[in-house]
Amino acid sequence: MEHGTFTDHSSATFSLTEEDHTLANAVRFTLNQDPRVTFCGYSIPHPSDARVNIRVQTTGDPAREVLKDACQDLMLMCRHVRSTFDKAVDEFKISNPVEEMNIGKK
Amino acid sequence: MAENEGKEEEKKFSIWDLPDVPMGKLPPHLELQRTRVVCNVDAPIHTESIQYSGAYASMGVDNSLRLDHFSNNFRVEVVRLTEEVMEFDMIGIDAAIANAFRRILIAEVPTMAIEKVLIANNTSIVQDEVLSHRLGLIPISADPRLFEYMSDNDQPNEKNTIVFKLHVRCKKGGPRFTVKSDELKWLPQGSEFVKDSRSATSSSNSKPETYTSFTCRQDSLPDFVNNAPGPKYLDIITAILGPGQEIELEAHAVKGIGKTHAKWSPVGTAWYRMLPEVVLLKEVEDDVAEELKRRCPVNVFDIEDIGNGKKSATVARPRDCTLCRECIRGGEEWEKRVALRRVKDHFIFTIESTGALPPEVLFTEAVKVLEDKCERVITDLS
Repeated sequence: MEHGTFTDHSSATFSLTEEDHTLANAVRFTLNQDPRVTFCGYSIPHPSDARVNIRVQTTGDPAREVLKDACQDLMLMCRHVRSTFDKAVDEFKISNPVEEMNIGKK
Repeated sequence: MAENEGKEEEKKFSIWDLPDVPMGKLPPHLELQRTRVVCNVDAPIHTESIQYSGAYASMGVDNSLRLDHFSNNFRVEVVRLTEEVMEFDMIGIDAAIANAFRRILIAEVPTMAIEKVLIANNTSIVQDEVLSHRLGLIPISADPRLFEYMSDNDQPNEKNTIVFKLHVRCKKGGPRFTVKSDELKWLPQGSEFVKDSRSATSSSNSKPETYTSFTCRQDSLPDFVNNAPGPKYLDIITAILGPGQEIELEAHAVKGIGKTHAKWSPVGTAWYRMLPEVVLLKEVEDDVAEELKRRCPVNVFDIEDIGNGKKSATVARPRDCTLCRECIRGGEEWEKRVALRRVKDHFIFTIESTGALPPEVLFTEAVKVLEDKCERVITDLS
């Protein structure tokens, strides 16, 4: 999964299967925001294969750790988005009372 | 000698000592470049988002992601929420993540849809495969979270399949009969077609083997007591029968995602646009103001009286701007009057659900899917 030199752990390419732009662009964004990263990018070698190569080069920290931290940050961001969204929807429903939604009732 | 001293004085002078350059913040033109897409007559500029943490390091501005900064500034405002459509604003998020949510909503949130159709009799003019294709595209109102995926090796059972029956006949001598989706009847006990098994071990007293192996009735499960699964819209025309024609079939619905086939996509569509910002760069008065107001097809501008019988134009509804660029067409003076911009981190999301799940639940599920993907990557890396 990780392709890089065995001696220098600060630069590596990670090849993820069953992924596409959806996750790769989001991870690239969070990686870019990390001050330890000097270079990051992703590429899709062929559109018919579901494979993404993410390249990370850091200022000394092992690239694997930095990628893991970026994924953790992305997860935390998602959780925060979810809770903020749920709160906003609940507030909207309280201030604009609608009929009870009947999903499944014909 | 005096010259050298003069040069040394110059070197010690730094641009940051000037009183009108704000420290720690970007100058206004760079702030514009960082946060706004400027839409000119020919093409938009500054469309990329400046993500690199060290992009403004030479200015002493830190562009890195601080999670607390994101948590404090992120806002969601719901504009419209009905059973089928939802429109809300997400402020403070980047395009990469908003696009990830959009892609997941369209392709990776699971739904139930008809996959296998067992046809016992079809004497209509609609071919078997065309009829099966149409049945697959009918939206089914069943909560996909209550079901499991079915792989090729699995037996169809009450946890991964919903069985529907369609048996219609058009009377001879009668008018043509239109088969609508309300003719699909739910079979809570599973398949009724008996499999032809001539194995010696099966005794004639045991229950005949059908195409599904339900261990209990689906309507005895608590989730389905009040909401029976079925087609969401009952007036979808599936086939048309002439006199004497008959269709008898059984349809099995399973769980899948939009990536495999579009019939499993839970949204009619989901899209976002950035918040438009329309700014008048100069004072626009009288005739020119009238002209400007007339030009805009969605009435973004309004005329207000400023006294002395003079009128001036104001921006009343920038959110409605569709970027038709009518207000900046027609030469340089028009381009200098109005600035059309887009705010890079303010997204107006619209989600139209096909009915299986309400749109706010769909968005929550999409965010959960992204979290699961991240978790999978983290476990792969460890």
